[in-house]
Amino acid sequence: MKAAVIVFPASNCDRDAQTALTELTGTKPFMVWHAETEVPACDLIVLPGGFSYGDYLRCGAMAAQSHIMRDVKKKADAGVAVLGICNGFQVLTEAHLLPGALLRNAGLKFVSRPVDLVVAESQSAFTRLYSMGEHVRFPVAHGEGNYFADEDTLNRLEGEGRVVFRYAPGDNPNGSVRDIAGILSEKRNVLGLMPHPERAADPMLGSISGRPLFQSLLETLS
Amino acid sequence: MKARVFVTLKNGVLDPQGKAIGHALNNLGFESVGEVRQGKVIDIELVERDEAKARARLKEMCEKLLANTVIEKYEIELKP
Repeated sequence: MKAAVIVFPASNCDRDAQTALTELTGTKPFMVWHAETEVPACDLIVLPGGFSYGDYLRCGAMAAQSHIMRDVKKKADAGVAVLGICNGFQVLTEAHLLPGALLRNAGLKFVSRPVDLVVAESQSAFTRLYSMGEHVRFPVAHGEGNYFADEDTLNRLEGEGRVVFRYAPGDNPNGSVRDIAGILSEKRNVLGLMPHPERAADPMLGSISGRPLFQSLLETLS
Repeated sequence: MKARVFVTLKNGVLDPQGKAIGHALNNLGFESVGEVRQGKVIDIELVERDEAKARARLKEMCEKLLANTVIEKYEIELKP
């Protein structure tokens, strides 16, 4: 499986993603600068966490308009797997590759801590090695992670099994509607989530419950 | 031509910043303050001279970048 990590100005989890991908898939990903116009041929594109373009205007709004995103959209439409983590999730909603939006945390505070999540959907290329209802622990680090969508969209997401991760009851750090932490696109090849699986992939970092996500992708896309 | 674009959250979208501002005003003794909603003002200079054309371009700018229409609404004000 070959992956590409997109690097925006002020991305700061690009190298965490690079390390996790290299260690868990055995192949070093391409690192692709936002000003490039084409992503090299690959099976997975990762939009990493960070504060792309200084979060100007709205988180992810500027990055969604960058040159490279045109090709990311094209490849996503063609079925290439896309994983957006944290700021990457914000970019995916701003680029309309995923529905809804991420608002300011309900408590107005930047939250940086590990959270308990429930795997709400294991029928996906990203989560097939997890079991339904399994609890995992990934860190979050964001000020704008409060997922919002209108009622129709939410019902559709739930009805189609596209809510993949939820904050465990009582551990919602940002006020996200229906405790939603991560969602899939209609074609199920795009996943956006606020918590960081790539920072839960090495025992030194306190949790390895993010590993099966990358191993699921390796198994599906190889 | 100069334009001023107002971007605000749609009704029903949670605005924690607006809430915090409202609480702060109450704490300062402005007891008559009810709900507060905050937003953005963006001033834009345009070379466009035709008002209808300017309005059309600004609408496009709002839809493409200035507002996220999933959560925000916008208003355009033109100043000759």
